[in-house]
Amino acid sequence: MRTSTGGRIGQYLALFGYLVFLAFPFLWLVSTAFKTPQELGSPHPTWIPRDPTLANFRQAFDEQPLLRAAGNSLLAALGAALIAVLIATPLAYVMARHRSRLTKAATGWVVVSQAFPLVLVIIPLFLVLKQLRLINSLSGLVMVYVVWALPFALWMLVGYVRAVPAELEEAAAVDGAGRLRTLVSVTAPLLAPGIVATGLFAFITAWNEFFFALVLLKTPEKQTLPVVLTRFIGAEGVADLGPLAAAAFLATLPSLVVFAVIQRRITGGMLAGAVKS
Amino acid sequence: MTLVTATKRSARGTARADGGRRRPPDRGAWFLVLPALIPILVLSVGPLLYGILLAFTDAQSGRTEPTEWIGGLNFRDLLHDTLYWESFRIGLVWAVGVTVPQFLLALGLALLLNQDLRLRWLARALAIIPWAMPEVVVGVMWRLVYSPDAGVLNETLRDLGLGDGRDWLSGLGTALPAVIVVGVWAGMPQTAVALLAGLQNTPRELHEAAAMDGAGAWRRFRTVTWPALRPVALAITALNFIWNFNAFALVYVLTSGGPGGRTRLPMLFAYEEAFRYGQFGYAAAMGCVMVAVISVLLALFLVGRLRGGDDA
Repeated sequence: MRTSTGGRIGQYLALFGYLVFLAFPFLWLVSTAFKTPQELGSPHPTWIPRDPTLANFRQAFDEQPLLRAAGNSLLAALGAALIAVLIATPLAYVMARHRSRLTKAATGWVVVSQAFPLVLVIIPLFLVLKQLRLINSLSGLVMVYVVWALPFALWMLVGYVRAVPAELEEAAAVDGAGRLRTLVSVTAPLLAPGIVATGLFAFITAWNEFFFALVLLKTPEKQTLPVVLTRFIGAEGVADLGPLAAAAFLATLPSLVVFAVIQRRITGGMLAGAVKS
Repeated sequence: MTLVTATKRSARGTARADGGRRRPPDRGAWFLVLPALIPILVLSVGPLLYGILLAFTDAQSGRTEPTEWIGGLNFRDLLHDTLYWESFRIGLVWAVGVTVPQFLLALGLALLLNQDLRLRWLARALAIIPWAMPEVVVGVMWRLVYSPDAGVLNETLRDLGLGDGRDWLSGLGTALPAVIVVGVWAGMPQTAVALLAGLQNTPRELHEAAAMDGAGAWRRFRTVTWPALRPVALAITALNFIWNFNAFALVYVLTSGGPGGRTRLPMLFAYEEAFRYGQFGYAAAMGCVMVAVISVLLALFLVGRLRGGDDA
């Protein structure tokens, strides 16, 4: 399978094209975040800020309650991730180990739930949450996020459970360990890395989520980071570019770090779920 | 249709699981299943069915008189709502316009990442950025790129002597292509990584054997790589199409559906109808139409592709 020199050069050129395409918007965001107002207003923008400044960050924090928004996002995402994993793991276990009508229906729901437009779910949810006085509350948002994160969490977890050989559990049973004992001391430790990856993935999706947060959270004190970010863009679509870039850059950092850590596991989990089911 | 079947099945499954014939699940299993099943039924399946019901009512926000059942009236109005069908058409153009280049670019990237190239690690690392970013930030970021005076795109075009810059997101003709580019950028890496995983499942020996037989790169792709990759590729394309058609945040941040509705995707339309004008029933009807059309399109697509595969 040797590639000709010409082919090699072509491959490197293509790869270079991809690198530019993937990187340049992000580099521009970072660059804009550190530019002075004069430089942002100049008719010939530069890649590297001539006079790098932190003023945009300061201004961003002054203009919008970014810290509180980040706190809200953190609470919603942590709550959603923890609950989702806690309730998904047992179901995923049953789905992976037993084939019944129920588990088939659950698998069907996982697939189908990817297809319906959120607006069909959010209107009734909005009405129900309003009845329960859970509009403009983070608990309401967490409830929605849990259910919204469940399909994918189940998908990943089923894959991880399947990767744990059932023979190990049977061996433990033969040795006289009860069901619970087997689960706790044999299966759980092997499953732990997968559970952590699933939780982190649920965390990121909730941290990044916008639509539900936009509809359910009304006041700036309750809003999450993505919603507050859009407040930097004024009613006429006019934005103060520097602070906007600064805030956007900050909002991305947590997910980038978490994602870099778990990216391999996610792909593995996605594929395990997809290939074996 | 699929929705109804799935829920029916789940209901029957619930009734039967106790006396399941094949492999009686022990009582412990119930204890494991309920914690997830209750929230799913209450907060996902329930609202979905309720949403379909709402489509047949005149539900509105902030109205005092009770909601009434009005049968197919919403759907009849929707049929004559030219603005909605225009947004539907835009939604299809957007979904196809994003999904197809997304797949082709992703396939190229996956094939490259599967080779022994030096900068592979960098591409892998960079591919994380669009995937991990909040959609709102992706939108914000590209607004900065497209910005008429302070944006990198216009500056680059000026440097290359290609025109004197435009307001890409506000131009009637440029807005939709401009948001489509962003859509492709945002979803391409995820598709590439999934395809790459699929590629790595193809046995290397097959490639080597084909190469020994004198098959060129294109023939190896057609006879070895693609047949193995096809199921993954089909599933991803179908999912991408649905996700793209149902997209919201990206375009909301980039253009809010403007200029003059040129980028108003169906989800944006339904969102405005529901939460700006309070027309819950009407918006729910829009959601139903979206589900129906997507199901039909997907069924046609999958049937067509699967049949095409039998001949190949």
